[in-house]
Formats: sequence, structure tokens, C-alpha cells
Amino acid sequence: MNSTTTMTAQATALQASRVAKHASRKRVNAIALTLSLAAMAFGLFWLIWILIETIRLGVGGLTLSLFTQMTPPPQAEDGGLANAIFGSVTMVTLATLIGTPVGILAGIYLAEYGQKTWLGSVTRFINDILLAAPSIVVGLFIYSVIVARMKSFSGWAGILALALIVIPVVIRTTENMLSLIPNALREAAYALGTPKWKVIMTVTLKSARAGVLTGILLALARIAGETAPLLFTALSNQFWTSDLSSPMASLPVTIFKFAMSPYENWQKLAWAGVFLITLGVLVLNILARTFLRNKH
Amino acid sequence: MAATLPATPYNEPAKMDRTQSQGRPPAPRRVAPWADTLFSILAHSAAWLTLALLAGIIISLVIGAAPAIKEYGLSFLWTSDWDPVQNKYGGLVMIYGTLVTSLIALLIAVPVSFGIALFLTELSPAWLKRPLGTAIELLAAIPSIVYGMWGLLVFSPLLSSYVQQPLQSLFSGVPYVGALFSGPPVGIGLLSAGIILAIMIIPFIASVMRDVFEVTPPLLKESAYGLGSTTWEVMFKVVLPYTKTGVVGGIMLGLGRALGETMAVTFVIGNQNQLNSASLFEAANSITSALANEFAEAGEGLHQASLIYLGLVLFFITFVVLACSKLLLAQLKKGEGARA
Repeated sequence: MNSTTTMTAQATALQASRVAKHASRKRVNAIALTLSLAAMAFGLFWLIWILIETIRLGVGGLTLSLFTQMTPPPQAEDGGLANAIFGSVTMVTLATLIGTPVGILAGIYLAEYGQKTWLGSVTRFINDILLAAPSIVVGLFIYSVIVARMKSFSGWAGILALALIVIPVVIRTTENMLSLIPNALREAAYALGTPKWKVIMTVTLKSARAGVLTGILLALARIAGETAPLLFTALSNQFWTSDLSSPMASLPVTIFKFAMSPYENWQKLAWAGVFLITLGVLVLNILARTFLRNKH
Repeated sequence: MAATLPATPYNEPAKMDRTQSQGRPPAPRRVAPWADTLFSILAHSAAWLTLALLAGIIISLVIGAAPAIKEYGLSFLWTSDWDPVQNKYGGLVMIYGTLVTSLIALLIAVPVSFGIALFLTELSPAWLKRPLGTAIELLAAIPSIVYGMWGLLVFSPLLSSYVQQPLQSLFSGVPYVGALFSGPPVGIGLLSAGIILAIMIIPFIASVMRDVFEVTPPLLKESAYGLGSTTWEVMFKVVLPYTKTGVVGGIMLGLGRALGETMAVTFVIGNQNQLNSASLFEAANSITSALANEFAEAGEGLHQASLIYLGLVLFFITFVVLACSKLLLAQLKKGEGARA
């Protein structure tokens, strides 16, 4: 009799501790999931805040003169960013034109020639590091190789610095996209007697073109906002220039100079510039993403 | 090799007898025999160019920094005078700034990224996964100059009045912790640089974490759920241990980004070469911001060489961190193949 009571008591105690354990596990779970929700909200909060502030402070500066007039001296009445916009567009376009072919070729090497070779794995490894390496170091490199030799800052130096940033981005996406192409396609082409270069150009690269284009767009978006590599390569210029061997203004460097200044008109222009860059970069990114999704 | 196969014309049926030699096979028809070689050479040289790029960066930095290396050697790393007027240079202040801001960034970004990845893999309804994931990735797309300007003109005044001043009054007088929050609460300095860096690296860490969480075999997770685990226990005791190398790889990737970030830091760190207190509110300097501010104006000679030396130190640190990150992520991939 006595032992039965103890056993029931023990069972109830065990039961109670189990219930308590269960409740506490559920509580921990609820807290963790709430925190996870909060983390998501935290991430979105910054995105929305930054975008709202950029629009709020930038839209006011969007006038026609922004695109037609040169960067003004401090405390001037009007002025725009025409030379900086032109410089940015020129340098970004040329850098993409230079960097893309190299990037695509190296991507082709990684996906079609060197999947298993040591050169392939080393290149892939190095490329992934270059992809995330500090862009200001690229600026230092171009400075010592070109600017210091030529004894002058120049648009060309800026273009090369940006091109060096394009290359790893394009290599990465090209390789990824090419390796998604099923081998059966390649084999079918080889079976028809097609030489390798033709298989690559007309079968694999063509099938992967949406992905490769996405990579180019992402690279474009990346360099459009790059400031650090231009600071001591292209420098900046107060006037309109289309001479690529002289210092050249660019939107990000101009924003940097204007935002750090105490002058109100400069800061207003800087916000307008920030708005333009953010808009451009986000549009490019969203374009690249929807493009890729529609094709795959 | 495929190209050398003879193209047999269709209108010559069965003339060829396999048992009997027919002399020379029909000449292979090749459009441009050199094209294959040329293309292969081009692709190979593009790959070599990438390697040459890395070698070029390292060599040019070492050559550029040579005068400073010769003058100071490794003691450059723990000397804190930076005085262009007297031409004396030491990199401690900048190296300290870079490390402390990146550390603050990691402290904030790692838990938040884990939460985001957890949300995206386990909690989010399927139709929200993609838009929310894209939104977080867009944080990485915003140019750093935008972060910088927003940080300087919008964020730091708010940080000063709503975070720094309350923290200061809360902890003033508390030993050790109080020292961290002493100094002028102006919203510019190590703390605000660290917070902005955290926002910038969250998307990188979160997307790596999400990707590695998604490769966890569903069988593992389902077994744990089947035993009655809660979502949190599945994540923390099954998924996280399974993917830990990948998670650490993602954190390293974020660290590499934080170390090398330039413009956002330059705007908000305050750009002062001082190391007077342990305060996180104090204006300071980082390697990247010193380069961005001083390099274009530095005269040739020791000043420029010292700045390039700083760049070399930065490149070395980020290279090691990113290489570790790559190796860890590759290891996870290998393990995944072995277990599958």
C-alpha cells in the first residue's frame, strides 16, 4: 500500500517536471521565433529607412539644371551635376566594356576547360577572394601602376580600376551559369562534329546568355556606386571633360566631396546625386533579378 | 578532338567497307582549324590574368610600401604616432580602428543574420520567402557612399541623442563598462561606424547562412521534428551543428567585407588619429578612411609609403580572412557530397 503511494507520488512529480520542461521548451521556442521575426524586421527597417530618407532628401534637388549645369563653387545660386554624371556614365560604360570580355573568357575557362585542373581551382579560389577584396586596394594598385608612372590622375586610370572590379563579378556569374547547362547539350553538339570553340559560343554560352547578362548588370550596379577606387585614380574635376587622360569627375566622388562640406547648396546636390545613384543601382539589381527569373 | 572526326557525306551509301582499308579517310572538313587553339589560348590567358592581377596587387603594394617597411619594419604595426609634419608614422591607430569597428559590426550582425536566416528558412510563408530574401539582398546593393552620407547626416544625430546619451548616463561611474561609453556623444566615431558596417554586412552573412541552412537534408530536420523538437531546437541542435563550417565561413565573409569597407566608414568614423581612451564614442580612424582621406594629398616619400604599407596590412588581413572563409565553405560542400 505504502509503496503504491510513493510510486504514484513519483509519477505525479515526474509528470509535473515533464510538463514544466515542456512549457519551458515551448517558451524558449516562442522567444527565439519572436527574436527571429524581430531580426527580419530589423533588416527591413534599415532598408526602408535609408530608401525613404534618400527619396525625401533627394527628390527636392531633382531639377533640369541638375543634368545640364556643371558642379558649382560653394554657396553659388545654382549648378548641377552634369559633368559628374557624364564622367560616371563614361567611365562605368568603358570599364564594363573592358572588363566583361575578360571576365566571360575566364568564366568560360573555369566552366569548360579547367574544371578539374589546378589552374582552374586556383583561379576560382583567387577570384572569390578578389570578389570580396577591399576596392580601395584596387585603387592603390592602379595608382602605383598607372597614375604614379604617368604623373597624373586620369579618366583611364579610373576606368581600369573599375574594370578590375567588374572582372571577378562577371567571372563568378559566367562560371555559375555555364555549369548549369546540361552536359547532354555539349555532347550533342560534339557528336555532330562541332569544334569546341563553336560548341561554347553557339551552344553553351548562348543557352546561358540570360545568366551572363545578369552578371554584367550586377557588375554594372556594383561599379556605378564605387567611390574608393576612383579617389586616387580618376580624382575629380570641376569642369566638363571628355578627355580621358585628364582627371575626371564622377558622381560618387563628387557626392563624397559635397557631402563632407559645410555648404548647403553642395549638400543638396549631394543628396540629389545619392538619389540618382540609389535609383540606378536598385533598378539595375531588380532588372537583373527579374531577368534571370524569367529565363530560368 | 571531336572536330577531327571525318564527316561522311550522306550520298555515298555503304561504300566504305570496315574490314578493308580504303586508303586515306576523307579529309576532315574544318571551318577554321586555328579557331579552336586561339579560343583555348584566349580562355587560358584570361584565367592567368586573374592570377596575375592578384600577384600584381601584392607586388605593387610591397614595392610602394618598401620605404616605410625599411624604415619601421614590423614595429609600424604597434606604433601609434602618425605625424605627417614630423614625418613619423605608425599604423596602430588605424589598425585598431579597423579591427574595433569590424568587431562591433560582427557582434551586431551575426545574431541578426542568424535570425533572418532562421526566419527565411523555417518561419516565412512560402510566398514571402522570395520578396523578403530579395529585400535583404538589396541592402547589399546600396552603394556604400549612400550608407555613408545617410549615416553622417541622418543616422548619427539620432544615435547621439537617443542611444549614446542615455547609455552614457546609465553607465557613467560603472568601472570598465563606463569607460567604453565615455567621451563626447556626438554620434560620430567607432560605435556608429560599427553599427553602419553591421547593416552593410548583414545581407552577406544572412544569405550564406540561408543557403547553408537550405542544404541541410530534410531527413535530419524531419527526424528531429518527429521526436518532438521545437523549431528552435531543430535549428540550434540539428541544423546549426550540421552547417557550422558554412556558418563560420559566412561570418568570415562578412568580416572580410567589414574590414575593407571604405566610404561608409570614412563618413562616420570622425577621422581623428587618436587612441586616448577605450571609449567607443570617440572619433577615430581606420585603415580605409586614412587612405581615402590622405592618400591623394600625401606627398611622395615616407607619408605615401606608410599609407601603402597600411593598404598592404589591410590586404593581408582581408586575404587571410576571406581565404579561411572560402576553405570553410568548400569543406562544407565536400562533407555534403560525402554524406549524400
